[in-house]
Amino acid sequence: MKIIVCVKEVPDTAIALKIKSDSTEIETENIPWVINPYDEYAMEEALRLKERFGGNVTAITVGRKRAENILRNCFALGADRALIINGESFKDNLAVSKILTKVIKNMGYDVILCGKESVDYGYAQTGQIIAGLLRIPCVSAIKKLDISPSTKEAVCHREIEGGLEVVKCSLPAVFTAQKGLNVPRYASLSGIMKAKKTKIETLEPDALDLNLSNYKAKIKIINLSYPPKRPEGKIIQGTLPDTAKELVRSLREARYI
Amino acid sequence: MSDKEIWVIAEYDEKGIKKNTWESVSAARLLSEHLKLKPAVVILGNGIQRFAEELSKEVELVYSIEHLLLSKYDSNAYVSSIYSLIKDKKPAIIIASATFRGKDYIPMLSAKLDCGLISDCVGFEVKDTILFKRAVYGGRLMAAVMYEGAELLIVTIRPRSFEHRKIETAKGEIIQFKPNLEQNDILVAVREIIKEVGKRPDLSEADIIVSGGRGMKGAENFKLLEELADILGGAVGASRAVVDEGWMPHLFQIGQTGRVVSPMLYIACGISGAPQHLAGMSTSKCIVAINKDPNAPIFKIADYGIVDDLFKVVPVMIQEIKSEGTRNDKGGIFAWKMLL
Repeated sequence: MKIIVCVKEVPDTAIALKIKSDSTEIETENIPWVINPYDEYAMEEALRLKERFGGNVTAITVGRKRAENILRNCFALGADRALIINGESFKDNLAVSKILTKVIKNMGYDVILCGKESVDYGYAQTGQIIAGLLRIPCVSAIKKLDISPSTKEAVCHREIEGGLEVVKCSLPAVFTAQKGLNVPRYASLSGIMKAKKTKIETLEPDALDLNLSNYKAKIKIINLSYPPKRPEGKIIQGTLPDTAKELVRSLREARYI
Repeated sequence: MSDKEIWVIAEYDEKGIKKNTWESVSAARLLSEHLKLKPAVVILGNGIQRFAEELSKEVELVYSIEHLLLSKYDSNAYVSSIYSLIKDKKPAIIIASATFRGKDYIPMLSAKLDCGLISDCVGFEVKDTILFKRAVYGGRLMAAVMYEGAELLIVTIRPRSFEHRKIETAKGEIIQFKPNLEQNDILVAVREIIKEVGKRPDLSEADIIVSGGRGMKGAENFKLLEELADILGGAVGASRAVVDEGWMPHLFQIGQTGRVVSPMLYIACGISGAPQHLAGMSTSKCIVAINKDPNAPIFKIADYGIVDDLFKVVPVMIQEIKSEGTRNDKGGIFAWKMLL
């Protein structure tokens, strides 16, 4: 089974974010980068499929050289191959998804896994666009994946508002991972040692013979800002049951309840 | 007004047109005023006459795409049906809701059209051009985004970001459209739907959310929050710590790796307020925090706070609310939720 996992590096979600003076990007000097948490679920699911059915797992990312670190992490976890596409010329999500598709198309695939969104810009589009361009089924925000290699079919649980949909599709297909799909493993020490020596393939867009005018960004961020500060609230002073009664009275007065 | 149209793609369930669709209609009207576009709404399904009529009461033009193969949702069938209508009518903008369904098929539609897609918008700002506002980094920053493409633009809108302003128009025109679909166009077949929230509203639709954190101490104690949520007609939510502990399923998680919510009232019980949680709820209209720790960061953003044991505070609240009732009981604006 040929499994491809699309991954992305994102700023560690635990750090404080600072906006650059030009207001269109965040400060990225010396901040820790991690693999997008939803992509970790995608990677874990890929490794489980490989363990169950055999085959190989390729991790692929579009980004700058720094993103090699998350690919090394994928190697350490058990990926067989890792590929980085130099992403300087691709500025929006559609362009990135198109270049991913172009590369994936030449690789062959049975299952393509992505995170359901990235925790930085959160467009939640990449997997679906890839499926759309490859003209294969896509199931987004999955929480369970059962694959039957003999019939080349997948049954999965997809999250919807207030519940789940049980859906069925044929392979090859794209699946985007929601939290709850699995619990990602930690890399083993031997995995980490091996990953240090493994070669990461780099692909320059020039080598792909692209018509770059088809990859021009259509969407541009022109300003980043901090959300408006909430006004100072009030702590209801006193003791129970008066405080709780006062709270209910205030909420009723403001017509929230 | 130009002949160019701005479309809203409708969502509905057995009770009728969904609230998020009416919000999108109001958003479309805002854009249509600035861009001089004609609002229209598109609905897909089978046996959807009554939904089309419901829409036609508030929108001048309704495209009703009916086909037996649209009885159940399938992204590819949706995409190819909408695609053929687009090729015919050439709208300028398409708006859909950033629901799980919208997020599923809309990017595939944008791929097929090779057009721009700005997903999960929470507002617009009209300057020389239109800026689309969206929350990034899980709500910790806001981005203003501009569309630079020349052709059709698709926008998805986060539920509860726009207010539904009801406009009674003269009865709108309903235009039937029959797509060319075959069985092999269905790529992802829905076999079954499993409801997990029971009678309570979904987090994205709830006016009131009662949410619990590590201070809840165990899965069994969520009964208390469910009781409070039920008398308020609200939903129950949880912090990541609660989900990681296995006390509540992930479906209920609010925050950066869970759901982003924006209710009228958010009651945080035993939640300290980690940045990743605040990112998912800080746009709530009113925030109440109940926590034993006076230094919990949640108090910094709360409109009302009580520093005390939630297991003592919540029962008093329940009793107080029960003794005088809520607006809910008087058939007020929350009555619709009781139907869910």
